Amino acid sequence: MSAPAHTVSEHAGTPHGFIRRYIFSTDHKVIGIQYWFLALTAVSVGMTLSWLFRTHLAWPQFVIPGFGGPMRPEQYLSLVTMHGTIMIFFVLTVAPQSGFGNYFLPIQIGADDMAFPRLNMLSFWITFAAFLVLMSAFFVPGGAPLGGWTSYPPLSAVGQIAGPGQGLGETLWVISIAMFCLASLLTALNFISTTIEMRAPGMSLMRMPLTVWAWFVTAVLGLLAFGVLLAACILLLLDRLASTSFFVPAGLVFNDSQPPLAHAGGSPLLWEHLFWFFGHPEVYIAIVPAMGITSHVLSNFSRKPVFGYKAMAYSLCAIGFLSFTVWGHHMFVSGMSPYSALAFSFLTLAIGVPSAIKTFNWLGTLWGGKIQFTTPMLFAIGFVSFFVTGGLSGLFLAQPSLDMPLHDTYFVIAHFHIVMGLAAMFGIFAGTYYWFPKMFGRRMNEKLGKTHFWISFVGAYLTFMPMHWMGIEGALRRYAGPGGLGFLERMAPIQHFITIAAFITGAVQLLFYFNFFWSLRHGEKVGENPWHATTLEWSIPSPPPHGNFLTAPRVYRGPYEYSVPGFTEDYVPQHLKPEEVAQATT
Amino acid sequence: MRSGEGQRRSGATAVFLALFLTVFVVVTVYIFAARVFPMPPAISRVGHWIDSQYDLTLWITGIIFVMAQLGLAWMVFRYRDRGQKVHFTRGSHVLEVTWTSATLVLFLFLGAMAVHAWAHVHFNPASPNALKVDVMAEQFTWNFRYPGPDGKFAPTAPKYYNDANGNPFGINPNSKDQDDIVSPYLEVPVGQQVELRMTSKDVIHSFFVRELRLKQDVVPGMLIRVHFTPLKIGTYDIMCAQLCGMGHNRMHSTLRVVSDAEFQQWLKKQEAENQQ
Repeated sequence: MSAPAHTVSEHAGTPHGFIRRYIFSTDHKVIGIQYWFLALTAVSVGMTLSWLFRTHLAWPQFVIPGFGGPMRPEQYLSLVTMHGTIMIFFVLTVAPQSGFGNYFLPIQIGADDMAFPRLNMLSFWITFAAFLVLMSAFFVPGGAPLGGWTSYPPLSAVGQIAGPGQGLGETLWVISIAMFCLASLLTALNFISTTIEMRAPGMSLMRMPLTVWAWFVTAVLGLLAFGVLLAACILLLLDRLASTSFFVPAGLVFNDSQPPLAHAGGSPLLWEHLFWFFGHPEVYIAIVPAMGITSHVLSNFSRKPVFGYKAMAYSLCAIGFLSFTVWGHHMFVSGMSPYSALAFSFLTLAIGVPSAIKTFNWLGTLWGGKIQFTTPMLFAIGFVSFFVTGGLSGLFLAQPSLDMPLHDTYFVIAHFHIVMGLAAMFGIFAGTYYWFPKMFGRRMNEKLGKTHFWISFVGAYLTFMPMHWMGIEGALRRYAGPGGLGFLERMAPIQHFITIAAFITGAVQLLFYFNFFWSLRHGEKVGENPWHATTLEWSIPSPPPHGNFLTAPRVYRGPYEYSVPGFTEDYVPQHLKPEEVAQATT
Repeated sequence: MRSGEGQRRSGATAVFLALFLTVFVVVTVYIFAARVFPMPPAISRVGHWIDSQYDLTLWITGIIFVMAQLGLAWMVFRYRDRGQKVHFTRGSHVLEVTWTSATLVLFLFLGAMAVHAWAHVHFNPASPNALKVDVMAEQFTWNFRYPGPDGKFAPTAPKYYNDANGNPFGINPNSKDQDDIVSPYLEVPVGQQVELRMTSKDVIHSFFVRELRLKQDVVPGMLIRVHFTPLKIGTYDIMCAQLCGMGHNRMHSTLRVVSDAEFQQWLKKQEAENQQ
């Protein structure tokens, strides 16, 4: 269980040369930052795409340069498809898990690097290549795929005949996602091995920061989920390129003058099962690390231990386990057995229980505290608010009978954007503002940070709350326009409102970019422990040296010893020997 | 160690945050409760059941929403840093066990209440007297087929699909049974149970009528049955709810619920057109 004593000296030599240090580096910290910048690039693209399609929804006749006239439905659908794919995979999976997890998991458990540093580097570069492959889909004949981020066959399986973008563009999508799965699988193995094998002496499981619990549970989810999607992608690729029929049934006709397609025996529902067996754990892969960050930050700035630490750790495990039993709630109206729908419904409602424990305990952590409203704290509080709002709309969708009117409407869009997109994004922001001083030795500007928080928080609610109401009225997602339906045409004012709110919320992100790059050079310089925090990352220099720890660390207590009665300071770091901690004299 | 200045700023942030959360809760509750954006009125018994389940869920989630958001607002306001002493605690097993069991019971109760409507639609087969209509979905059209005077559906095969000749179902032209009625919209008599038998020619589509509170994917290679009983005369939009390609948002048709007499007339007219 303990890190071998020689590891510190083994990694002590910093690699020389720019390429070995910053490009093809095996240092988990460099790799973490590389993932973080990949996510930043991806989120910039993803957000720009959302601006484009939101413009179209509000002002369908507006001509966006480069679109050759008002946006066509297939262009709209490509933008939506790529937005979802980029955000889910290359932002929400990459930043909180591969980014922060890579940087801080080894440090927080007292290790000098990941268990398999070269594998770690390989994972990053495969992910990077996967992103390039996905982006290239914009530039091939037919353009980017239009089948949605869920890529249901036969639409995704039969090629260009199903629509523009379903040719080479869709093939590139499948290849990109398969590569992403492979890389994530390797990352998961690395995270799991590191957590199990490389903890410093004294770092028992119940002394791990909740961030480490979160990354560990997420890695287990990744290990089990990405393997399934990888298999599904390979089968889909075979259906597309080798005329197999895993997902394509017999007798499909797209053009009456042509004979039926030469496929037989496949099942579109098989893809849905495989995809959602991955897809539901995936939403937890996106949000569980943010849960860990939120617990970590709330405790730090309430100056209190996490309320019910053990319950928080166990509930992460429960959420992880249950997340593999609920995928069918995405398929209530798919044509699968209506009896299994009930099982999926009750299991889905049951996952509300560990989620409720977390929410209660976050409130419990704030209760009786001495709350410091730093920027990371504001984002963590925003996370809790989003998690409550978005989680509760899930109770509607968990019931098959209510899912019938609500499935595939804007209500669903509102639900998952708030609970997964915004909450996870706020977790990423909380983590960035919180750990920036550790990663770069300087603090981000608090004034800009708070402005960023306020406009993002209010703007995000203004953008996504109205979508609930559109969905209740029956507005369907993935509609390039009202299509001549009167009740959708009457929603034009609300579409304008959402688009304007989205523009403002999006624009304020530029402030974050500015703050980030400005603070790299001009931020206030900080020492080892600017937040007066307890966990191991705050016991080493900012930024940490290669190999992380100057002397092999040892852990003496739990991760959230804030305001413990009997001590002079209101925090007791994990690494301090009992005799080094100043006792209060009174 | 914090300066008085720092505490004042902390105070302002806390007040604003608590205020915003409160305003957010009030506005949200108002918009949901006043039904500013209502579902269109339901036209079937199942539709009404689903609506009352929606109301129950709205109440339960609404109460939790208000309590949690205002609780958050209160914590933020009450425990802002004013230089006070922290109330040290690591948690409370009693509280944790209480709220865990309460949530479990509440959520499972909600799930149990929702079973009824679902079971009615999906566990019970349609009555033998139901009006049977075949549905063929394709990019980007809905087609409906009635068995005609003989009460039997004619045999079909994909190789005979021919939209241009009015044969989207691929009825075998060599079959003796040529009296099926094919229609681009769904005409049904009020008060009569209707059973749809749905499939698709190409990709997955989804049959959605808001007023029936009914959505069902239409999957190629599968024959999926659903039934409903419309209780109100009128015309209602049939939409495609599953992304099916570039024309997805234009793939709609109409459900026309008419009196029984009007329906019989309509059938006769269609039969007459068939014979021309």
